[in-house]
Amino acid sequence: MKTNVNLGMAAMSPETHPLTWRYSQAVGPVLDIGHYQDMEGYVALRRALQDMQPADIQQRVKDSKLRGRGGAGFPTGIKWSLVPMGPKAGQKYLICNADEMEPGTFKDRVLMENLPHQLIEAMIITAYALQTTKAFIFLRGEYGLAAARLNQAIGEVRVAGLLGTDILGTGFSLDLQVHTGAGRYICGEETALINSLEGRRANPRAKPPFPQILGAWGRPTNVNNVETLCHIPGIILRGAEWFKGLSCGKSPDSGTKLYGVSGRAWRTGLWELPIGTTARELLEVHAGGMAEGLELMCWLPGGASTDFLLPEHLDLAMDYDTIMKAGSRMGTGLMIVIDHQQNIVSVVRNLEEFMARESCGWCTPCREGLPWIVKVLKALERGQGETGDIEWLQGMTRHLGIGRTFCAHAPGAMEPLQSALKFFRQAFEKGISAIHPSDPPGQAS
Amino acid sequence: MSTVDFKSMNPITPAFAFSAEEQAEIEQAIHHYEHPRAALIDVLKIVQKYRRWVEDGAIPAIANSLGIAVADVEGVATFYNRIYRRPVGRHVIALCDSVSCFLTGFDLVHASLQQRLGIQSGETTADNRFTLLPVSCLGVCDHGPALMIDNTTHCPVTPGNLQRILEQYP
Repeated sequence: MKTNVNLGMAAMSPETHPLTWRYSQAVGPVLDIGHYQDMEGYVALRRALQDMQPADIQQRVKDSKLRGRGGAGFPTGIKWSLVPMGPKAGQKYLICNADEMEPGTFKDRVLMENLPHQLIEAMIITAYALQTTKAFIFLRGEYGLAAARLNQAIGEVRVAGLLGTDILGTGFSLDLQVHTGAGRYICGEETALINSLEGRRANPRAKPPFPQILGAWGRPTNVNNVETLCHIPGIILRGAEWFKGLSCGKSPDSGTKLYGVSGRAWRTGLWELPIGTTARELLEVHAGGMAEGLELMCWLPGGASTDFLLPEHLDLAMDYDTIMKAGSRMGTGLMIVIDHQQNIVSVVRNLEEFMARESCGWCTPCREGLPWIVKVLKALERGQGETGDIEWLQGMTRHLGIGRTFCAHAPGAMEPLQSALKFFRQAFEKGISAIHPSDPPGQAS
Repeated sequence: MSTVDFKSMNPITPAFAFSAEEQAEIEQAIHHYEHPRAALIDVLKIVQKYRRWVEDGAIPAIANSLGIAVADVEGVATFYNRIYRRPVGRHVIALCDSVSCFLTGFDLVHASLQQRLGIQSGETTADNRFTLLPVSCLGVCDHGPALMIDNTTHCPVTPGNLQRILEQYP
């Protein structure tokens, strides 16, 4: 599937664009192992396995201050450090979370379809660093092209002796398997993902214990996002200081980030930029602004479960802490722009319908609350809302908020709703019917 | 590990039996995992590949082949979006209704599809050619609106190019 990557950007090198330089220089996918090896492929793997101890790699990743690119932004090195090490640790698992289904997000698909070897190299290094002998790529079932290309690449790596038993004569062995899912948004939640991998309903598990201690089949399990893992080879080759410098002083966070734009912008796509690049640069310079005749009404920084932000927030750095301080979350970092011709009530209804459908049904507030919210939003959309609906919706944002539900699904769903009610209350008020059967006669509000 | 003998507890519907091909593929899938239960989603997909959907009779048979409870198989088989428990047509159209496609013309494509096929979302055409279902974000948000027919994603879809896309699926 053709995606615009780094459109309009100047020359790219491994030093500046560690995730996408191969794709940009090759002007297309790098699928064949020979092609990948001609472009610095598996050099980091050799260095890691032959010259470094697992503890050195873990320390380097910790020093790099890499934060999880799946949306939560948890420091990867710290996540890894929770995995028990040493001869008594027993069977452990590494899982790549490739269940990309966050609305508006298409970065992991692009990485896997076009650079499958990059992810495989990253996973072998990570498995070595964590001393796990079994790894899975949990891929969403709809990503058929990615599955085919990853499986093809895994076959090539096995033949090349870089995957399997006694890799490069180091004594380290790894089995890597692609597991394709059957479609459910909640599988992206790491404990739900583990249940799904085990062949169960994808209901999240209670934390703690964290998966690093008690994960798949009761064994220590580390789950990382595709984009997060793809940064590992670069960090091995060029070091933690180089990685920190990639943000070019735009953010205390380190590295580059795959940012994206979707919605009715002038041009949509994906750009690898220093983390902390402003939303304005992303939208106005790279995406060329909004499509002709359209104005920006609001935007979602990174998926359906992030709060809306306004045009006045465009100068914020797109990093975890800055967007958090502004009252939203960076999430996946692929912004969705909503133009002034859209009905914000309809947009929110669309987001909540998605969330209601994808609720796993485990806990009551989420299972019952989300469909009820959709019902009320649909009434407001038709102009048949009742007096008090807005206050009721505001109340629901608290009842489905953090601490009231089993996992983060419903609280995430409340983020766009609460921010839309805050910024666009008038649009919701317009949906309240002037005369309603429940009003006392002659008392139309 | 459980010591319950699920096999003796699971009622088998006599009318149902796996074909030789299914049986072989199921055994291969189980072989891929250390724990047979982990093969459940793969097994459901295998049955669906040959029958287009997973009929009720298949559930106890799958449970027996994996050595797990019927209720567990039923639970999983009703949880995931891409496992069908009612008959579907020769081709399944999964139309993305997530926000990026919603902003770029989902409504128009949806209306056009329903009109051309003469069915609503969730239904199958009388000639059994197409079933229309909603799907969450297909990950091609920069080229929406998108839909997936069987395993192929098409985008951007417009009421104008819809006919040409549908023609590829006789």
